[in-house]
Amino acid sequence: MSQASQAGKPARIGTPRQDAALAEILGEYKHEKGALIPVLQKTQEVYGYVPREAMARISQDLKVPMSKLYGIATFYAQFHLKPRGENIIRVCQGTACHVRGGARILEAVQKELGIKPGETTPDLRFTIEPVACLGACGLSPVMMVNDDTYGRLTPEMVSEILARYARAAESA
Amino acid sequence: MKMINLTIDGRPVQVPEGTSILDAAGQLGIEIPTLCHAPELSVAGACRMCVVEVERARNLPASCATPVAEGMVVHTETPRVQKARRVVLELMLANHPKECLLCEKNGDCRLQDYAYRYQVNWPEAGKGGEVRTFPIDTTNPFFIRDHQKCILCGKCVRACQEVRGVAAIDYANRGFYTKITTAYDVPLQESPCQFCGQCVDACPVGALTPRQSIGVGRAWEIRKVQTTCTYCGVGCSIDLHVKGDRVVGASASKMSPANRGRICVKGKFGWDFIHRPDRLTTPLVRKGGGKDAELVPASWEEALDLVAKRLGEIRDKHGSEALAGLTSAKATNEENYLMQKLTRGVFGTNNIDHCARLCHASTVAGLAMAFGSGAMTNSIEEIDQSDVILVMGSNTTEGHPVIGLQVKNAVKKGAKLIVADPRKIELTELAHLHLQLVPGTNVALLNGLMHVILAEGLQSQKFIDSRTEGFARLKEAVAEYTPDYVSKITGVPAEKIREAARLYARAANATILYAMGITQHTTGTDNVLSIANLAMLCGQVGRPYTGVDPLRGQNNVQGACDMGGLPNVYPGYQPVDKPENREKFEASWGAELSDKPGLTVTEIMAAAEAGKIHGLYIFGENPMMSDPDLNHVEKALRHLDFLVVQDIFLTETAALADVVLPGVSFAEKDGSFTNTERRVQRVRQAVPPVGQARQDWEIIAEVAERMGHPWENRKPADVMREMAALTPIYGGISLERLGDEGLQWPCPTPEHPGTPYLHADKFSRGPGKFHAITFRKPAELPDKEYPLILTTGRILFHYHTGTLSRRSKGLGTLRPYERAEINPSDAERLDLADGDFAVVKSRRGQVTTRVQVTDRVPAGVVFMTFHFKESAANILTNNAVDPVAKIPEFKVAAVNVRKATAAEVEKLAGAGVELVAATGEGA
Ligand code: SF4
Ligand code: SF4
Ligand code: SF4
Ligand code: FES
Ligand code: FES
Repeated sequence: MSQASQAGKPARIGTPRQDAALAEILGEYKHEKGALIPVLQKTQEVYGYVPREAMARISQDLKVPMSKLYGIATFYAQFHLKPRGENIIRVCQGTACHVRGGARILEAVQKELGIKPGETTPDLRFTIEPVACLGACGLSPVMMVNDDTYGRLTPEMVSEILARYARAAESA
Repeated sequence: MKMINLTIDGRPVQVPEGTSILDAAGQLGIEIPTLCHAPELSVAGACRMCVVEVERARNLPASCATPVAEGMVVHTETPRVQKARRVVLELMLANHPKECLLCEKNGDCRLQDYAYRYQVNWPEAGKGGEVRTFPIDTTNPFFIRDHQKCILCGKCVRACQEVRGVAAIDYANRGFYTKITTAYDVPLQESPCQFCGQCVDACPVGALTPRQSIGVGRAWEIRKVQTTCTYCGVGCSIDLHVKGDRVVGASASKMSPANRGRICVKGKFGWDFIHRPDRLTTPLVRKGGGKDAELVPASWEEALDLVAKRLGEIRDKHGSEALAGLTSAKATNEENYLMQKLTRGVFGTNNIDHCARLCHASTVAGLAMAFGSGAMTNSIEEIDQSDVILVMGSNTTEGHPVIGLQVKNAVKKGAKLIVADPRKIELTELAHLHLQLVPGTNVALLNGLMHVILAEGLQSQKFIDSRTEGFARLKEAVAEYTPDYVSKITGVPAEKIREAARLYARAANATILYAMGITQHTTGTDNVLSIANLAMLCGQVGRPYTGVDPLRGQNNVQGACDMGGLPNVYPGYQPVDKPENREKFEASWGAELSDKPGLTVTEIMAAAEAGKIHGLYIFGENPMMSDPDLNHVEKALRHLDFLVVQDIFLTETAALADVVLPGVSFAEKDGSFTNTERRVQRVRQAVPPVGQARQDWEIIAEVAERMGHPWENRKPADVMREMAALTPIYGGISLERLGDEGLQWPCPTPEHPGTPYLHADKFSRGPGKFHAITFRKPAELPDKEYPLILTTGRILFHYHTGTLSRRSKGLGTLRPYERAEINPSDAERLDLADGDFAVVKSRRGQVTTRVQVTDRVPAGVVFMTFHFKESAANILTNNAVDPVAKIPEFKVAAVNVRKATAAEVEKLAGAGVELVAATGEGA
């Protein structure tokens, strides 16, 4: 009921450029019933995640219930409903890493950034993603920052590694 | 249809092709257990509880999802099948809290029943594996959602999507974490949920529990009584759940074609006013008799004697015409019949009317002039099979929620929907065309449609020639209403007018639904006549799925009219000024009757103020909230010598009475209601009257007796028999005959099956009559001082004057106060933000209210409901009336709006909140 009673002008979601891209996607899929996954994927490409307002717009334009879109977006791991950081940190929690202190690495990352797995720092620099085996068990314990893999870690090394990405972001 | 032969558990059966194994087994009376299946929902095939063994098939197919095949041999209870079912149950129980002890579903739970049937227990301690932990959702006032008890059968999801078209909920997350919830897991009241309870009724386990039923009774202690909802004119059939002498729940009944297993939030959760502690339980009289003395409890003898004595004195001193009665659109047919009999036969006057005057008097007058019968022509069940639906001045999904579902279903099946309404109501989201007209310009719009139809030759000449009269004058009258001219008056683009005209005229079957947006105008009768013109012009009446369908407001407003609760007609619309009618009723009643048509509600009020009406008997009505220009009504009522009010609560009106007589609610009485589609349905007593409250028929009959008219027929079945004998359209109806489905009048003889649609071969009056109508402006238009148009209406969660719905805990909590709607552009100019307080003022008075800033209303229009007495819209409305039907113009009044001062806000905060407060802790 609340949805129907809200005032109607399309509010801004992201940058005008992003919003225009969304409008284009919606135009493209308007008559394609059931193509909800591609629509959500493309929306995520535009904004980096699926903003709630974007989902509302999809729901309105394609006449799909919001509950259904939310269901899809939470079913597939590929969709993110919150903004993600520029740098994605994956700390392995697989068996090999676990045995060799993976949990302590994760702890160190959490402490350094002040966020929990699944969360993003308020400055949108870092997101921690919990993962099972990263497939580099020989190097355990392992973590990845974006596409870079770091192995044989000790908690002490974490702060220095992260600092590199913080700096990179600043100079960029 | 191709028939298939198969064998189930050794017994042969023949069923149509496409039938599922489950249904085929059902035909043999073999009950296969199901968890995710329901006949009214699509097949999910998700739970695998219904698996069966089919010879020569490798797997065990789910019987609900597998169609029969020729020669199939099915076994439903083999060891293999039983083992598979046990596994399903074991998996569910492993993840299910052990809470049967306090669970409301205990005794009526499929999981529990099947666990017993297949002797499956909880997993042994420590062997169950990990258990889900979800917080229990207690955020809404109607029902509790316990995700841990949920077996993820998805019935609620499908019920919400498929039956209601709402889709508030769906599966979210994945695997172990899967749960059924709203988008973003917000509380239901922040989702599109309408709290219809369809999901609650669908749930096979205890995951969805109405708050009202917690701790009040076990499944096996509760009996269900099928009756008819007391709120709106849809007349949904509901089952009241009763334990001992208390109603403890309600659910939709599948028996009546009026609603087929669907109800709205009011029917499902709004019944709890029945047991409110502030019900009237004894008669009340004024202490010492003084006008302003306190109302104090009195005995029935004292109160009834006083009523009879005072009304008798007035009759003797000032004559019969100094008395009047208002009957009740909430009460049963039988009670309405007695009330008009009291007024006519005992008081000796035709001064009897009721709130139909305020909602559909123009329908009754207009359709009688055009067709000869002032009722909905077709049936609710037909609506979803129309090809084009024109909805005019009806916020159907809120005002008549279950009829709203029929409209939604029609659209789902491919019908085209045209909505003509000043506001962006919910249906406009589905509409192919929204004609957003300026309030009060309906005649212009309708004439415009007819102009286009005639200009393009789309009329049904055959129908016009064979079934109607007056066509030439109509043609002349609409000639000047070109789309461009009409566009200027109505604000609707000319192209949309053309499109709408073509859609309607070309449809194989088109129907028009309308409500108070059409009738509550000084041009109400003209509006109705114009609608009738349009339907006849295109031959869209007199066949199934077509018609002119006025949606009646109150649960029994149709019945109150049918029973002669109108000043000009006896029961069955037999005019009082026809001598043969009068003689018939005189002979039956043994009383002398007046041949002079009586006064209408609005005229009664004016006459009271003028000192011409001295005594008034108000039965189950609340004019102090429902009538226009309330300040005026109050003056009129205070001016009476004697006012009797018979009701179940001390309403705003009852508070002014000299004597208050406590009647009973729908749950405490027997009889019948007639819904908007002319379906007469049973009302069955579920619980005994509260306190010393008495049956309304008994009270009325006692007054009659004390005034010298002891009636023989007093009890509902007897009254119905008396009425039917005098009323041809009800001639074949008796309480015994109504059964679970009811009967639609006309039903002239005991063998007659009832009439789903009217005017099949000819109109009730003979030929249908076209009327030449020209557009007239509303009585009051915006000007410099009052620049905005106020229009009024209702919302889903409340009913009329709020007497009942505001006393319901859930409804009162969800929507505790008025939120006047105002367009963002007006709000900005007036410096009002959403949730701010404003003062709305008209020439007649002013009220303070919260505002809601929304583009549901166009610029220049303010919308208010009449549910909230502390922000009573009817203080503002205009009592200018339609010249024919005398219906007041509730839909257009000129107002101005300004921000409220701190003092005004404070005053509002102190007023009228006692209902809500009492609701919060009471019942
Ligand atoms: S109460 Fe009605 S609208 Fe709300 S979730 Fe249940 S079925 Fe849907
Ligand atoms: S809440 Fe009830 S109806 Fe809905 S999925 Fe769970 S068990 Fe089924
Ligand atoms: S209020 Fe109307 S729609 Fe709702 S349950 Fe009652 S009769 Fe049905
Ligand atoms: S367990 Fe960490 S990389 Fe395999
Ligand atoms: S009832 Fe058939 S699969 Fe659930």
